[in-house]
Amino acid sequence: MKISENKQPFPVIVDNLSMSYGAQKALESVSGTFEPGTLTAIIGPNGSGKSTFLKVLLGLLKPKKGSVKPSYAKLRQHAAYLPQQAEVDRSFPLRVEDFVCTGLWHKIKGFHAVSYRQHEQIHEVLEHLGLKGFEERTLDALSGGQFQRVLFARLMIQDKPIIFLDEPFTGIDQRTVNDLLKIILDWHKQGKTVVTILHDMELVKKYFSNAILLSNKLLAWDTTEKVLEHKDLWKVPVCMKSSEKSRGDS
Amino acid sequence: MEDFFTGLFEPFQYTFLRRAFVASWSLSLSAAPLGVILVLRRMSLMGDALSHSVLPGVAIGFFVAGLSLTAMSIGGLLAGLLVAMAAGAVSRWTSLGEDASFAGFFLISLSLGVILVSLKGSHVDLMHILFGSVLAIDDYTLLLVAGTSTVTLIVISIIYRPLLLECVDPIYLKSVGGKGHKYHGLFLICVVANLVSAFQSMGTLMALGMMMLPAITARFWAKQVWSTILAAWIFGALSSFLGLLASYHFNYPSGPSIVLVAGIFYLISLFAGPQGSFYQHKKTYGQGTS
Repeated sequence: MKISENKQPFPVIVDNLSMSYGAQKALESVSGTFEPGTLTAIIGPNGSGKSTFLKVLLGLLKPKKGSVKPSYAKLRQHAAYLPQQAEVDRSFPLRVEDFVCTGLWHKIKGFHAVSYRQHEQIHEVLEHLGLKGFEERTLDALSGGQFQRVLFARLMIQDKPIIFLDEPFTGIDQRTVNDLLKIILDWHKQGKTVVTILHDMELVKKYFSNAILLSNKLLAWDTTEKVLEHKDLWKVPVCMKSSEKSRGDS
Repeated sequence: MEDFFTGLFEPFQYTFLRRAFVASWSLSLSAAPLGVILVLRRMSLMGDALSHSVLPGVAIGFFVAGLSLTAMSIGGLLAGLLVAMAAGAVSRWTSLGEDASFAGFFLISLSLGVILVSLKGSHVDLMHILFGSVLAIDDYTLLLVAGTSTVTLIVISIIYRPLLLECVDPIYLKSVGGKGHKYHGLFLICVVANLVSAFQSMGTLMALGMMMLPAITARFWAKQVWSTILAAWIFGALSSFLGLLASYHFNYPSGPSIVLVAGIFYLISLFAGPQGSFYQHKKTYGQGTS
């Protein structure tokens, strides 16, 4: 499903990015470029700085050293970000429709009304994600999988050319993973730049053209094939080996 | 039956009772939405902390200008804001959470306040500040309470959307370039201003009671944010009315009566409310669960 075109992704250049929490080094001089239209997976063990990398990249955390091009302001204008589920307060009784509406932030800000057309878009997107009839539900009445679909609905409403996803498939049932993966692949087909943190190596191997291997330091940033041959890959827990047989090519 | 209605409305022919009703009702108009957001953010006790932290400012205002409402209000506002800002800064720039840093600063502030009051005032002054007197409200106080209420409602409706987003999904708000902490700061200023405006006229108990009790009660009756606020308004107005009636007929102190009525609504709602009350909880989860 395509909502509007007109926006082309641009390269995102990471230069010597470093970050630490107190004395704890979370990220050490990471450099590289996200080329427009690439589909990149970020892999690495827990605590290897993957989430920190995305947050520093988007200016949500201030880096110790290094820089990102273009500026944070431009990135915010053109990039969408999916936080980990735990970072959203799901106990808040906000309606699903209102929550998805916040994806229009750049257009409606604090005061502007949501137009009839935009309402229609939201309904279309919710239907596309199998959430028809959920508009009036409140966030506290959703399951983990349903809530992840709602977060994806918001990403689709944001409709940005560059998309960063922090563990979109963690704690989610197989059917939802399949549906959301399809959406990610659609974005890729539309020419968007998509970067996602993943733990499922089989998925990475099968669908992602590029990969980044992090272990606080940058171990590899290359095509998936080359990254998966890296000598330190054993550090990454190979989870959900069995997932391949349950997942068709759909 | 006629007697009943006479008993219900006749007391309000007295100006002092009408004033008291208008004051506590307009306080509840702005305090209710603030309370609802505090409850939803799991910051229910923050109001308590803030109301205590106002004391040294009020005391200094009293020393400088005597029993001047303006001086004490300004003092209280400054003290409350100082504590809120200090706590906010500590939670932002250290690893201490917001609740813990609030606790630290409000205790310092409260103890300072009690010492200041005991230096000059008598025990009676302290009691007056803590319990206030709804029945002795003059024009100026009424204007102060109503004015604060109006400004608060305007501010909250202006920042409503980003404020709620900051509560639910602060990282998203940041990722689209929103300045979440500014909205949170404005919200805290409103909380302090409401506590202060109700402070001397009605006392801390009233200020807090009208903010938190209708909001907590409303959670058992409504599902969404706006409807919870609406329900809180209704409970606030009912509590003001019935509390003042009780205070008139049975000669109870007025402020505590209003708060007690609000508390009774809360207790009833605990059992009878359609949203997540004991009754509904049992229906959903059966017996033997927490």
